[in-house]
Amino acid sequence: MAMEGLRPIAEIQFADFIYPSFNQIVGEAAKIRYRSNGEYTCPLVIRTPYGGGVRGALSHSVSIEALFYHVPGLKIVAPSFPDDVKGLLNAAIDDPDPVLFLEHKKTYRLIKGEVPDGHYTIPLGKANVRKAGTQLTVVSYGLYLHWALEAAQRLQEENVSVEVIDLRSIRPMDKTAILTSVQKTRKLLIVHEDNKFGGIGAEISAMVAEEALFSLDSPIRRLCGPDVPSMGYALPLEEEFMSSPAEMADAMRAMVKF
Amino acid sequence: MATTDLRTGSLERHGLSDEQLRDMFRNMLLQRQLDNRGFQLNRQGKVPFALGSEGHEALQAGAAMAFNRGRDILAPYYRDLGLCLGIGLSPFEILLSIFARAEDHNGGRQFPNHYSSKAAGLMSFSSILAAHLPHAVGAAFAIAYRGETGRAVLATCGDGTTSEGEWHESMNFAAVHKLPFVMLVENNEWAISTPLAKQMAQPEIWKRAAGYGMPGRRFNGFDPIETYAAVKEAMDRARAGEGPTLVEGTCYRYLAHSTDDNDLTYRTREVVQERRKDDPVPAFEAVLLEHGIVTPEGVAAMRKDVLRETNEATDAAEALPYPEPTDLYKHVYEGAWEPWQS
Repeated sequence: MAMEGLRPIAEIQFADFIYPSFNQIVGEAAKIRYRSNGEYTCPLVIRTPYGGGVRGALSHSVSIEALFYHVPGLKIVAPSFPDDVKGLLNAAIDDPDPVLFLEHKKTYRLIKGEVPDGHYTIPLGKANVRKAGTQLTVVSYGLYLHWALEAAQRLQEENVSVEVIDLRSIRPMDKTAILTSVQKTRKLLIVHEDNKFGGIGAEISAMVAEEALFSLDSPIRRLCGPDVPSMGYALPLEEEFMSSPAEMADAMRAMVKF
Repeated sequence: MATTDLRTGSLERHGLSDEQLRDMFRNMLLQRQLDNRGFQLNRQGKVPFALGSEGHEALQAGAAMAFNRGRDILAPYYRDLGLCLGIGLSPFEILLSIFARAEDHNGGRQFPNHYSSKAAGLMSFSSILAAHLPHAVGAAFAIAYRGETGRAVLATCGDGTTSEGEWHESMNFAAVHKLPFVMLVENNEWAISTPLAKQMAQPEIWKRAAGYGMPGRRFNGFDPIETYAAVKEAMDRARAGEGPTLVEGTCYRYLAHSTDDNDLTYRTREVVQERRKDDPVPAFEAVLLEHGIVTPEGVAAMRKDVLRETNEATDAAEALPYPEPTDLYKHVYEGAWEPWQS
């Protein structure tokens, strides 16, 4: 449809069910412009609810971003706030290339916020400093962004100043926002629900190590999901997988003290 | 081979003029010459890879005649040289693909035979078979969604592709939405090295149409006129908004899968030689001669002209440059691109 002039918006509910379409997304949509030397394009938006914390068991809980963010030709957006969802979804629909639009399913009912009237767009690839701070930079997205903000707020009451960056876009990613913040705070903690090994945090860590190693006062840390296939249905298995705001606050305190 | 009316002795030509019949035959000769050229260039060490369509000439020349240029959309696979020539690609464009030159539609990025031309209505496709079929039914959906009439999508695949999940998904989607879509299966009995008997328990692919709730039909793909009639009927039906059709043409793959395949590891030379007796190129030539549509001199001139055109296209394409190394970075997305945004 997209190759013949339509602007389809597909929904794959849930992200765990996206695997059968992996070839269509990675092998086809991401390569159509490239393989035809720009003659054909694929302006496609794929919305998909991802993430856990909703008793979704093995097949309604996963984070899929790391499987796709390696792929040139795709763009990936993961907004956390309602106003960003509208602006980024409009931008994704306008975008001339395929966009994977990740919506954390626990935020659907958990997060409320004002959404401006009328049409507006938010450019892909621009992060947003959701809380300013001076002693530590925390980079996150999705549900964990909200929990990281909650933890940072808790630390504020302890007179610890943490800056929280909402990535919003995973591919492309906002290098300037991350480096500007890290050069100020000199410490970086990356928090994401997806498992740690080969995750988004690895790329951010490598970029900061390449570009700003000598600005750092402590090792980069990543607080991420464990290396298991998914979270279990039983409550203890889900809770063990997820990081809580309290765990995030502990990690932040430890880094600030370092 | 092409049916002759036993009472009148005349050719059953399904409305095709002498000129159209000669065009189809010339397309068949050109296919064989260009196929041969790809293999020659590979054996000369000039190109790393070639892939042929020998045995599919009649099927593709006939099917292409049922395609309306400037209106219909073709979603082919990589063994569709004749179809792509028949809808308007030139031998020069074919040679650009073989030589992977910068001027090639794909900018020298794809393998040969992976043709693409938006101007010709030829959808870009990858090497992954069946992956093009969701695109094809999507294009048909776009036609229907916009309320356009008189247009249809002609998608093709080999017999092997019909065992893929996306083949089923596409057929079902086309039928459910009654799309202007024709699924043309070119059954050459081989899925690379897997014979038909190892691909499916029920070897008549066209019969699956009933399962999807669409008409199905099988025809002799060695006969370009019969092919034309079957595909034309299906395309007309699609263009009129009456829904999709499955058409299966039987043919045979005379060559190995590609220059990187030795088919003698899975079939004997004798079997192929036996099937060569049905070769559609000399067979159609005999029909045209018998009915006075061509003369022996005319055929000789046509063969000479096809060779001349192939040689000229070869020289012209070979003389052109490769893409620049920096072209590697173009067209990943619209505009300049860097995953890290500053």
